Amino acid sequence: MSDIPAIELKDVSKRFGPRWGVSRLSYTLAPGRSLLLTGHNGSGKTTLLRMISTATFPTLGQIRLFGKETREHRAELRPQVALLSHANFLYEDLTASQNLTLAARLMGLPDAPQTVAGVLERVGLAARAHNPVRQFSAGMRKRVAIARLLLKAPRLALLDEPFGELDPAGIAQMEGLIRELQERGSTVVLATHLIEQGESLTQERLHLEQGRRQAQEAPA
Amino acid sequence: MKPAGLLRGAWLVLKKDWQIEWRTKARLTATVFFSLSTLLLFSFAMGPGIDVLREHAPGYLWLGILFASVLSLGESFRVEAENQSMTGLLLAPVDARSIFLGKVAGNALLLFSLALVLLPVTVALYDVNLSRNPGALALALALGCVGIAAPGTVYSAMSSNARARDVMLPLLLFPVLVPMLLAAVSATKFALTQDAQEQLPSWLKLLTAFDLIYLSVGFLVFPRVVEDD
Amino acid sequence: MPFWSPLALFAVVVALLVIHLAVPSTRAWMWKVSLGVGLVALTALVYLGLFWAPPEAFMSDVGRILYVHVPYVWMCMVAFTINVGCAIAYLVKKSWRTDALAEATAEVGVLFGAGGVLMGSIWARPTWGVWWDWDPRLISTTVMLLSYVGYLAFRSFTEDPERRATWSAAASILGYVSLPIVWFSVRWWNSLHQVQSTTQSLDSQMRIVMWWGTVTFLFFLFAFIVKRYEIARARQDTALEAPPEPAGREVTA
Repeated sequence: MSDIPAIELKDVSKRFGPRWGVSRLSYTLAPGRSLLLTGHNGSGKTTLLRMISTATFPTLGQIRLFGKETREHRAELRPQVALLSHANFLYEDLTASQNLTLAARLMGLPDAPQTVAGVLERVGLAARAHNPVRQFSAGMRKRVAIARLLLKAPRLALLDEPFGELDPAGIAQMEGLIRELQERGSTVVLATHLIEQGESLTQERLHLEQGRRQAQEAPA
Repeated sequence: MKPAGLLRGAWLVLKKDWQIEWRTKARLTATVFFSLSTLLLFSFAMGPGIDVLREHAPGYLWLGILFASVLSLGESFRVEAENQSMTGLLLAPVDARSIFLGKVAGNALLLFSLALVLLPVTVALYDVNLSRNPGALALALALGCVGIAAPGTVYSAMSSNARARDVMLPLLLFPVLVPMLLAAVSATKFALTQDAQEQLPSWLKLLTAFDLIYLSVGFLVFPRVVEDD
Repeated sequence: MPFWSPLALFAVVVALLVIHLAVPSTRAWMWKVSLGVGLVALTALVYLGLFWAPPEAFMSDVGRILYVHVPYVWMCMVAFTINVGCAIAYLVKKSWRTDALAEATAEVGVLFGAGGVLMGSIWARPTWGVWWDWDPRLISTTVMLLSYVGYLAFRSFTEDPERRATWSAAASILGYVSLPIVWFSVRWWNSLHQVQSTTQSLDSQMRIVMWWGTVTFLFFLFAFIVKRYEIARARQDTALEAPPEPAGREVTA
């Protein structure tokens, strides 16, 4: 395995208006390792994940993924990174299958319709594939979003509250999925309030409080 | 696996917007009925004198399209804001410039179809003669619709995220469209009536210049507008 | 007036602003001197414009409004040109100073532009017999003014400072680009219609007063932009504190 870290945060700060959502955060995560991100609501977890995903960029400081600065190399990094977030990025008036086919085609996957049918089967939505997302429950939307993550098979997976809105079977499946990503060598960052579940899946922990790194991350 | 290129990305964005439009028919229905009632209101406001109406028909037609374009442009980015889909597109990934091209094409096509629906209505209400120079008429309509869509797409992408977005879009867009409106109305007028001084080509050229300028400025500026850096 | 005169005006204002921004020691006094000289020059302009210059050949005393109206419109154009320069500069390289200067120039430009258009309209009434006409200069200035009013409204409706800066820079460029197109479209439109002639025969005395007025308002333009810029900077500063230091409890990984 190479020495280049999968994620390298250097003195990263992000401002929202007059407030600093994340401030002076530094951290390094080796490739293939998994990180648990904890903290209260509003502690900066989501902002941090969005910054790592290249959806937004730090106000000050630098983020490098696999040695490449995110702002500069976003076009190159985006195909390798996937973000599962609170906002599910879905078009309400498209069907599950149309949403995923669009994503697959944008990613440049060959054989998009078949691949999409496959992942929809895996998340248990094959029967509802041709219903518009508007008719879906929160948990079903989450499953569509997970299916998109499966399509991408990312080198770096960023999961923001992956267990939220899922039923027990869905949570078990999500755990299986995370382990599968890890076995394939993906780097995983997981933000969740379910600390025990999270700790069983990850090797490192970063605890945020008001956008700052806190000491209680040392495993108990 | 290699992500979709610039034009392929634009095509996929355009196709996606068509799929949404096909399912909901929200934009076309809204714009058609809105501009129909605008045209009808003009004829009521001006009274029954058919000569006046015929002479000013190009102006009414373009104002109808212009007012309706605000609805259509706003809706075109409301769908992207709903579940932060714009971020999803960018991360998928697709080049922001592809989104610009796809959205401009989609908005221009929608406005052009609207214009085609409105033409027979102008015959009924204002008694215009469409058969004089149909080629030039179609060209004037097409260039004018691109002229609204190109700056409109950039402004709409910005205003859909601002407060009071319904007010902001026309406030930003209308001043910029003044020359486009002047050129489109003049070109349409000379395509519908006698063009004694051969004015039509120069107005079409002005429209083309307007389109090219705003397409290129939009192409350059749009990534900065939608990327959150 | 020679064709390069607007460029010269633009260059003078930009040079003054650059000196103000680059040399901190000038910041305390330069705008005050500029304002003082401007006030003295304005008093002189009142005398020159109302008494010294002869009445205009066709418009008699009404034409005297031109000594203020024309400089106002020019100041407005200079301010908007600096604004679009700031917008491009901001998109190339982010800087809070350029954003503040863009805000200042847009607002001062709207002030001068509104005054200029209003006076133009007052002048047009006795001269052309109407308050409003399809004069390319009048229309271009008005369109510019409207698009910058939209620009300022948009700024005030966007809360996040970074997005506001980026978006308003884009809006500024899109608005400014329309200026030459408006100009040509109105000229072409006019070629179809008989429009009152707008040629003015200015004798040398009147030309001098026009220039005097222009230089006078140049001092005001500079002072206004500088003061407005400082207000914009002060508002930013409250929002731009450095990020808080890491907490003391931080562990070294």
